[in-house]
Amino acid sequence: MRERSSGPGAHHVLSVLVENRSGVLSRVANLFSRRGYNIVSLAVAPTQDEQFSRITVVVDVESAPLEQIVKQLDKLVNVVDISELDPRHSVERELMLATVAAPPEMRGQVVELVQIFEGRILAVTHEELTVSLEGHPSKVDDFEEMLRSFGIRDLQRTGRVALPRLSRTPPESAVAAG
Amino acid sequence: MEELNGGQALIRALEMEGVEVMFGLPGGAILPVYDPIIDSPIRHILVRHEQGAGHMAEGFAHATGRPGVAMVTSGPAATNIVTPLCDAYMDSVPMVVITGQVPLPAIGTDAFQECDTTGITQSVTKHNFLVTDAADITLTVRQAFHLATTGRPGPVLVDIPKDIVDPMSPRSATGWDWPSDAEVARSLPGYRPATTGDPAAVEAAADLLMSARRPVLYVGGGVLKARAAEALRDLAELTDIHVVTTLMARGAFPDDHRLALGMPGMHGNYTAVTTIQRCDLLVALGARFDDRVTGKVAGFAPEAKVIHVDIDAAELGKVRRPDVPIHGDCRLIIEDLVAAVRRRLDAGTEAPERREWRSTISGWQERYPLAYEAPETGDQLKPQMVLEHLRDSVPEDTILASGVGQHQMWASQYWRFRHPYTWINSGGLGTMGFSVPAAIGAKVGRPDRMVWAVDGDGCFQMTAQELVTASAERIPVKVAILNNAYLGMVRQWQEMFYEERYSEVYLSPDLPDYVRWAEAMGCVGIRVESPEEIQPAIDKANDIDDRPVVVEFRTDSREKVFPMVPSGKSNDDIQVPPFQAGGGVGTGDGGH
Repeated sequence: MRERSSGPGAHHVLSVLVENRSGVLSRVANLFSRRGYNIVSLAVAPTQDEQFSRITVVVDVESAPLEQIVKQLDKLVNVVDISELDPRHSVERELMLATVAAPPEMRGQVVELVQIFEGRILAVTHEELTVSLEGHPSKVDDFEEMLRSFGIRDLQRTGRVALPRLSRTPPESAVAAG
Repeated sequence: MEELNGGQALIRALEMEGVEVMFGLPGGAILPVYDPIIDSPIRHILVRHEQGAGHMAEGFAHATGRPGVAMVTSGPAATNIVTPLCDAYMDSVPMVVITGQVPLPAIGTDAFQECDTTGITQSVTKHNFLVTDAADITLTVRQAFHLATTGRPGPVLVDIPKDIVDPMSPRSATGWDWPSDAEVARSLPGYRPATTGDPAAVEAAADLLMSARRPVLYVGGGVLKARAAEALRDLAELTDIHVVTTLMARGAFPDDHRLALGMPGMHGNYTAVTTIQRCDLLVALGARFDDRVTGKVAGFAPEAKVIHVDIDAAELGKVRRPDVPIHGDCRLIIEDLVAAVRRRLDAGTEAPERREWRSTISGWQERYPLAYEAPETGDQLKPQMVLEHLRDSVPEDTILASGVGQHQMWASQYWRFRHPYTWINSGGLGTMGFSVPAAIGAKVGRPDRMVWAVDGDGCFQMTAQELVTASAERIPVKVAILNNAYLGMVRQWQEMFYEERYSEVYLSPDLPDYVRWAEAMGCVGIRVESPEEIQPAIDKANDIDDRPVVVEFRTDSREKVFPMVPSGKSNDDIQVPPFQAGGGVGTGDGGH
């Protein structure tokens, strides 16, 4: 399948913990544009501690400029912590909403596709369906691709959110190793 | 808790931070903060343009090491101080700028003299704040000074809406609270300035210092910011390694020292440039591999291993990947390096024989000294000659401020700096008009020192009105205008790279009349048109201590700055002055 947002290539996922105050997102976004880096997607919301927000940003760069991005981000006073999330060692999710053409003669096929992908139908009219899908960004890519043949009227993706994958090491071996 | 209004709290917070002088100009939104200044011991210097306030604060900071403070109103005043903020950001100058802002309910309504000050200044400040509650004023002031002066120093802006400082507004009522250092640190969870370097990296660097055959110390402005000049001298003398000082580091190492090589870069001297090009170990201390130093990066110091010491991690590897990066405070790390080298010497380790390298360097010095041609006719003034006279006629701790252009390069080349913090210029941003206000700020900070500004005629016309400030405030700075009737550096480029097509670069020698202009601003004005007038004019200027002096030197407009590495070329393509050329000059192999 396509590697639009899930390929290992030049895409890097940064998880940026910032102070939750006005203007911080603008500082982060401004830094990217000022240094000429392109943001692929960006998701931001407060963490469990309301003092902080987490920004998950996907950037499209080679590794050398990535080091500069991380170091420059780290200089922002409101940025508390930055980690690059390796896709192999993190869980990633994205949410997509799409309104798809679904005239009566095609509606069955669209509904079937939504069921295959375990998406949901949120609204129905005579001619269109609004559907949602949550999942790994590559799955969302695939679903979007399949929907195209029916005719996408409107589409919004959230951009990915991610957290490090929990270690699978059993507790007893962790003790033995530690 | 003591009751007071936000404006009083702000001024008291500045007093508590040790501010003795601030530069500014009042206006609508900042009016309430100006009222308590009447009762404050802080000296306020009323500028004639807000850009002047910013550059004065920078000059003050350069000369004293303490943060410069400027205060202006909202809107056009805030935009007028953007240039000094950017200048201070590029040159890592500690500065706190306070701007007025329209009242909170008016923000975002395109109110009179409203502008998005924090938005506009976001990329030219180390950090900025929009304060929305009078109770936050003292903590914000403490944060601003902490950020401006620690880590890599820089400008911090605090934007103050009128209603939180105006006693007529209920929003301005607050109490006095002075946060502790610990509270300030806790309030900035993402700010952790580096201090000591990684000991393993210091050891690795010491090993390189002990094994290099052709080492050189490449010293940048960070050494001055870290107050590391003494440590640097210890390191140079202990290791017997030569030192180049960049434009931002002039004065960090005495020019009359046997190991001093002077300035590298686009207009650096042949020996400084070529020593870097041929070295096998480049020790970058608080320097950032600026394009004016490196020339074409791929051809910069091609055989060198690089040790790079910087307080800003983002500088390590930004331009040139170092073999040994050391992140931390320059002074602490240089002291650690001195100790690590000393341990090796005490243990009997010897550095390799470097006699050949030293003699190569002294060969370059002998063959390609900084030099200029004598005037063709006896009555011509060469700018370098003027600077030599000035240099030899002032106390050795005189502070020299400079504008931007040819005169700046000649000043840096021909002065003999013997003390740190005696050279103040705009290196990174290259702000024309910097010198007059910067010199005023320096003189305010160091009234005990003689302060000269060296300026070009183009620069002088940009900020000369601050001499009115200097006269009114009795700040006796001295200004030497090297008047060549041109935007000289632009003229030089048009002559050399645009086939002598001089486009919009002529200024006229006598419009304006600089002497009458100086006198109109309350200064003494002196004009010098021939070589025999140079010394008497300088002597007269040096004797005046109750008002500013402007000496206009009518210099040869055809004089160019040499050596020169053309933009985008490798440093190996350095051009020495035409009369020195020939015999392998310009190929980078002279002296071998």
